[in-house]
Amino acid sequence: MADHAHALEHGLETSTGLDNRKLAIWTFIGSECLFFASLISNFLVHKRTWPSGPGPFPHDAWVSPSGQHFEPIIEIPLVTLGTALLLFSSLFVVLALANAQRGNRKGLLLWLGLTLLCGFFFVGMQVYEFSHFVHKGLTLKSNLYGASFFTLTGFHGTHVTLGVIWLLTLWIEAFRGKIPPAKSLNLEIAALYWHFVDVVWIVIFPVVYLIQ
Amino acid sequence: MATTALDQQRGHATAGHAEPTGLWSWLTTVDHKRIGILYGATAFFFFLVGGLEAILLRLQLGSANNTFLSPELYNQLFTMHGTTMIFLAIMPLSAMFFNFMIPLQIGARDVAFPRLNAFSYWVFLLGGLFLNSSFLFGAAPNQGWYGYANLTSRQYSPGMNVDFWMLGLQILGVASLAAAVNFFVTILNMRAPGMKMMRMPMFTWMSFITQILLLLAFPVITVALILLMFDRFFGTHFFVPSGGGDPLLWQHLFWIFGHPEVYILVLPAFGIVSEILPVFSRKPLFGYAAMVFSGAFIAFLGFGVWSHHMFTTGMGPIADTFFALSTMLIAVPTGVKIFNWMGTIWGGSIQYRTPIYFALGFIAMFIIGGLSGVMHSSPPADLQQNDTYFVVAHFHYVLFGGSIFALTGGAYYWWPKMFGRMLNEGLGKVHFWLMLIGFNVTFFPMHILGLNGMPRRVYTYPEGLGFETLNQIETAGSLILGFSFLVFLVNIVLTWRGPRNAPADPWNGATLEWAIPSPPQEWNFAEIPTVHGRDPLWEMKREHGGQVPEPARVSGQGIHLPNPSYWPLVSAIGLMVLMVGLMAASLVGPWGVVAGLSVLFIGVFNWAFEPAG
Repeated sequence: MADHAHALEHGLETSTGLDNRKLAIWTFIGSECLFFASLISNFLVHKRTWPSGPGPFPHDAWVSPSGQHFEPIIEIPLVTLGTALLLFSSLFVVLALANAQRGNRKGLLLWLGLTLLCGFFFVGMQVYEFSHFVHKGLTLKSNLYGASFFTLTGFHGTHVTLGVIWLLTLWIEAFRGKIPPAKSLNLEIAALYWHFVDVVWIVIFPVVYLIQ
Repeated sequence: MATTALDQQRGHATAGHAEPTGLWSWLTTVDHKRIGILYGATAFFFFLVGGLEAILLRLQLGSANNTFLSPELYNQLFTMHGTTMIFLAIMPLSAMFFNFMIPLQIGARDVAFPRLNAFSYWVFLLGGLFLNSSFLFGAAPNQGWYGYANLTSRQYSPGMNVDFWMLGLQILGVASLAAAVNFFVTILNMRAPGMKMMRMPMFTWMSFITQILLLLAFPVITVALILLMFDRFFGTHFFVPSGGGDPLLWQHLFWIFGHPEVYILVLPAFGIVSEILPVFSRKPLFGYAAMVFSGAFIAFLGFGVWSHHMFTTGMGPIADTFFALSTMLIAVPTGVKIFNWMGTIWGGSIQYRTPIYFALGFIAMFIIGGLSGVMHSSPPADLQQNDTYFVVAHFHYVLFGGSIFALTGGAYYWWPKMFGRMLNEGLGKVHFWLMLIGFNVTFFPMHILGLNGMPRRVYTYPEGLGFETLNQIETAGSLILGFSFLVFLVNIVLTWRGPRNAPADPWNGATLEWAIPSPPQEWNFAEIPTVHGRDPLWEMKREHGGQVPEPARVSGQGIHLPNPSYWPLVSAIGLMVLMVGLMAASLVGPWGVVAGLSVLFIGVFNWAFEPAG
């Protein structure tokens, strides 16, 4: 609201009444949907391409044509924990925004800090998972399952990492007292991006980990 | 607090308002009009480069068994001709008009994100230079603009040629996406009071639909290029059959982007023609709403026809039927547009000035291209025509006869507004007739050659197949076509030497860009106009008894303008270093990538924390 008044005062009222930056992030998110849709399709096309190379598969033990034996490698409990924390972080960032809009700096720092912790955990989980998979013999090169798994989850992880950097920047700004209620839109835009990254994971999690 | 800082900035910016000059002012500009001119100049340069490549190709094909070009060089030239014309000429020439005209047409002082706009331009410029720098290494892309697997695999293209192409396109995609977000928001959010969506000028409407296509099509090619990059750099097998991959996946991903791309190239042209015809017929655009919805329908259908590029891959009767029908369906909204253009000039008081020549030439040529398009929407016919010169004829009739004719007409139409000078009418008409004749002499015989079985993309042909005469005629035509653009250049140089003679409204225009001085002042509108109808300037003139007084140039005191910034340029350079670093990773290790990412982050961070003004 304060930002709206600010825009009015400067004669910058928009035609739709929606702030330019907010409309832009929604537009960008719309475009990103096609980006992840393409990566997810690519994964679905390739996830059962079994004889494409030696390497483990997610849910089943497998003996390659050359006689190598591979154990299933996916660790659903760990990823479920990561997923849950990522979902909670969406709630936390909403609470952070509510505090920012009310001008409660302590609440903002607390909830945004918790959001960041969840983000850090998720990225850390993915780093662990990737190195675990490589250790077990699944790499980009080993087969098409590996290639499309790492590309899909890797690009999602990159998005999470960028979101963490963005939110961390805002946390530091908030710590320095530079996010008054009038500038809470800065956080709202980052939060929209963060929610989007979460929603994409809600699609990726069942597609990659749960559906066999 | 923040407000005081803002006020200081504003005070600083509004103090003098002398138009800044010099190289630095262009490097740091965030003015949509200057960025538009930069887009136009760069794109026209690349257009001439692409044209020169085409003439070299035609010289090679002028006679049978010719050895003017080696097969390897021929491959590089036809690949770069296509890539250049699509990504470095037609798209950015449209972007020139998006930049310059959309804010003026909707009554805004700038785009929604001026610095993002500058970023788009710099990324486009550097991407174009990156792509063309491949010639310096003798390694220009040589696999065709469509980059089909397996031609692009490490096994069959071990050199840097494909790397230049895939990374260059990735860079250009960033520019297009950033610009698309910007113009989508600008058109939705920056309209003057009373400028409802259904009152927007048709060029703005078609540009709006183009931005939606860009937003939805470019992410797909981004992913396709990422997968190709992983194949080439990191040893995956997405498109490599020996590793279980499927080359056809590339074709699907490419054409899901590639067919909407066709409408990205031609919808702005539809918009330009829809601006020119009413003004020079002295009649409002016929069927405004039908024009809007047919444009939207074309764009919607454009996402459901991609596989008509793939009939010869054997998709089976159901897929073939679906894509044939959806393709034929596109002729319906396109026909609606053509009839509406004819309805616009019907009974009008037609003023025979240069822009309408190009607009009428556009309609005639585009119909021919459209008809041959409907011909190969039928799979059995397509099986005969695929990979022959018939297809080359078709897409040159829609892209040259369509887009380039309209863009050239747009250049003549908007030149006075952009530069304050009228282009010479006589030379303009010479340009038109030479272009029309040269174009048809070059491309019409390709229909016949194609139906007679001459394959595309092959550097020569043997004697005695009956291909010689028509090819000779085509080569002569291409020289006429090239010459016509020399006439255009002469026109530009001659009028550039003359005084700034253009009035604000030389053509009796209907839209808001003609309501302000030529060239516009930095802030466009001294006072933001209020709009009451679809042809605001015509309505204003009617109220004033036929004419409005020439708008005065004002001091601009108190008008708020965004500050110039060099961070968009720094960020664009960072992206560029990142791509060069990826390419040179075998030589310098990860350091190029690290350096690029660092510069990019420094650029983006400083941009984010810089007061926008």
